Amino acid sequence: MKRAIIAAFAAIIMGSGAYADTIKIGVVGPFSGPFALQGKNFKAGIDAYMAMHGTTIGDDTVEIIYRDLPAADPAQSKALAQELVVKEKAQYLAGFYFTPDAMAVTPILKQANVPLIVMNAATSAIVTKSPLVVRTSFTTWQTSTPIAKVAHDAGVAKVISIVSDYGPGIDAENAFKAGFEKEGGAVVEAIRMPLSTNDFSPIMQRIKDSGAQGVFAFLPSGPTTLGFVKAYNENGLKAAGIKFFAPGDLTQESDLPALGDAALGIQTTFHYAVSHDSPENKAFVEAASKAIGNPAELSFPSVGAFDGMNVIYKMIEATGGEQDAQKAVDAVKGLSWISPRGPVSIDPESRHITQNIYLREVTKADDGSYYNKEIQTFEKQGDPGLAAIK
Amino acid sequence: MQTVFSIAIDAFAYGMVLFVISIGLSVTMGLMRVVNLAHGAFAMIGGYIASYAAQDLGLGYAAAVLLAVFGTVIISIPIERLLYRRIYGAPELTQVLMTIGITFCIIGIANYVFGPTLKTIPLPPILQGSADLGFRSIAVHRLFAIVCGLAVAGGLWYAIEKTAFGVKLRASVDNASMAAALGVRTEIIYAVSFAVAVGLAAFGGVLGAELLPVEPYYALRYMVTFLVVVSVGGAGSIPGALIACLVLGGIDTTGRYLMPEFGEFFFYLAVIAIICVFPRGLAGRAR
Repeated sequence: MKRAIIAAFAAIIMGSGAYADTIKIGVVGPFSGPFALQGKNFKAGIDAYMAMHGTTIGDDTVEIIYRDLPAADPAQSKALAQELVVKEKAQYLAGFYFTPDAMAVTPILKQANVPLIVMNAATSAIVTKSPLVVRTSFTTWQTSTPIAKVAHDAGVAKVISIVSDYGPGIDAENAFKAGFEKEGGAVVEAIRMPLSTNDFSPIMQRIKDSGAQGVFAFLPSGPTTLGFVKAYNENGLKAAGIKFFAPGDLTQESDLPALGDAALGIQTTFHYAVSHDSPENKAFVEAASKAIGNPAELSFPSVGAFDGMNVIYKMIEATGGEQDAQKAVDAVKGLSWISPRGPVSIDPESRHITQNIYLREVTKADDGSYYNKEIQTFEKQGDPGLAAIK
Repeated sequence: MQTVFSIAIDAFAYGMVLFVISIGLSVTMGLMRVVNLAHGAFAMIGGYIASYAAQDLGLGYAAAVLLAVFGTVIISIPIERLLYRRIYGAPELTQVLMTIGITFCIIGIANYVFGPTLKTIPLPPILQGSADLGFRSIAVHRLFAIVCGLAVAGGLWYAIEKTAFGVKLRASVDNASMAAALGVRTEIIYAVSFAVAVGLAAFGGVLGAELLPVEPYYALRYMVTFLVVVSVGGAGSIPGALIACLVLGGIDTTGRYLMPEFGEFFFYLAVIAIICVFPRGLAGRAR
């Protein structure tokens, strides 16, 4: 008798489960350690989306499971992804700040029947590793190519390229070089400096001696960027009229208060500025600021996460909550919507986001704060890096 | 020729900044025989206090520096009393474990209190901008760092070699029980030296903030650099640390100017070479 009651209960619980599922999304990102700020931005973007669009789709409830990966660590990334899929029964994997971490997960997607939504990792090749990868962030190629045109239009013919010696830096160097040479300019020298560089005076001297009219730079955001921009001013390069070009990683919003006057006038190209003027962005910034606590900490990974959630919600709608990775990915191919960063779409071929890239200049607002002011738009930019790796 | 001068000036400025930041560690490791991996954490506390004082309280630069140095010393007093006092004379492994633990705690607290973003210490107008040296320009605060470095080196050398306190300190280091038997109050000597070392760390953190910006992971990020300077110079030797900083600063700067793609190869090659020839550092004393 007792057993029958238990069985009946079990049947009810399992039966009702079929009607209203909990759909789990596993998010892997740096939530502690030196890159915790970026993880915080992931969470803010996700929280903002769920606050604006609710946590239920049809009868299904969406649940986010966060896993912390403080620094790039492919083995650990794979282990966390496997744990999320096997133990937590996550139907979607998302997040991933660093390229190696995202790369490490691609081999398990097919067998696990799980799509991967990359919310940041910016190397072009990731989307080619598995047909189940969709990316809602940007690639370094995508953001670095338009600045070459900007440099050329500014009347600069000779540029020296200075990048940190690691994956994204080399991507940026190649992207700029390809773009700039296509415009007819010349990269007179390309220097790769170690990631741990903290005194940039010798580099600045090198720039001066090269006779270039402009410098293209790529460094990871944070302390190195601050040191580089300060050295650029203090060693008289700005005064000498040597122009500064970079993708927007260098002037991300959370670094601007520290950069201060040193960054004024620096032009960067990027897919998102927190100051972007649109009703969608206003609503997003309001919700994300509330989620992150301190609005000054808000920067670009949040919008990648926000749009990533949009893609996942569309996938869940299309599959009706069933676990079918291929169907889910197919459903968002060609999907277009208005993101906080402007109009975007998922390219059906590459499954990478097509978006506007903006030229921005660091400007001082009336209240004394600094922001990236958008001054030019390059519409519907795909990822030129994919052509380059073929 | 101009290039040589240019590199020399950059090297000198970088070396002096390194010196100011690392000398406190040389004091704790050489004179107090404590492998203090939390040195960077104290430098970071100094940087945070100065940043808070200058930006949020609106104090002047000089006041911010003083507040940073004394504030950090005050914060370090309970840490010394409760934690460091247990590890004086303990095996190196115990010291490393204890101080790295302290470092992680301070990182966590800094992250919680001040957040993960970079903090700057606004310079007074007189230290801003750049000075023209004829053939090139150099940031004024670099010159200021050079002056401060030389002043710190001179002051410390005088205090350790020429004053009664220095004599007692050296006696306590060489043989604590004998010094105590002769009436030297070793506990006070140790406490004062520790406070001086922490104060120097904080001063270095503030002065070096233009080069090594203050953020929660400061304490770990630059730890290797500090340790290299101390081990190359010879723990506890002021002239040794000074020479080490200038040599390493020179090699690093030259390498970075001429062959940046080699990264820090030459820097660490020099470290290996020097340590092979002088296992106790350039001016290290045999135990």
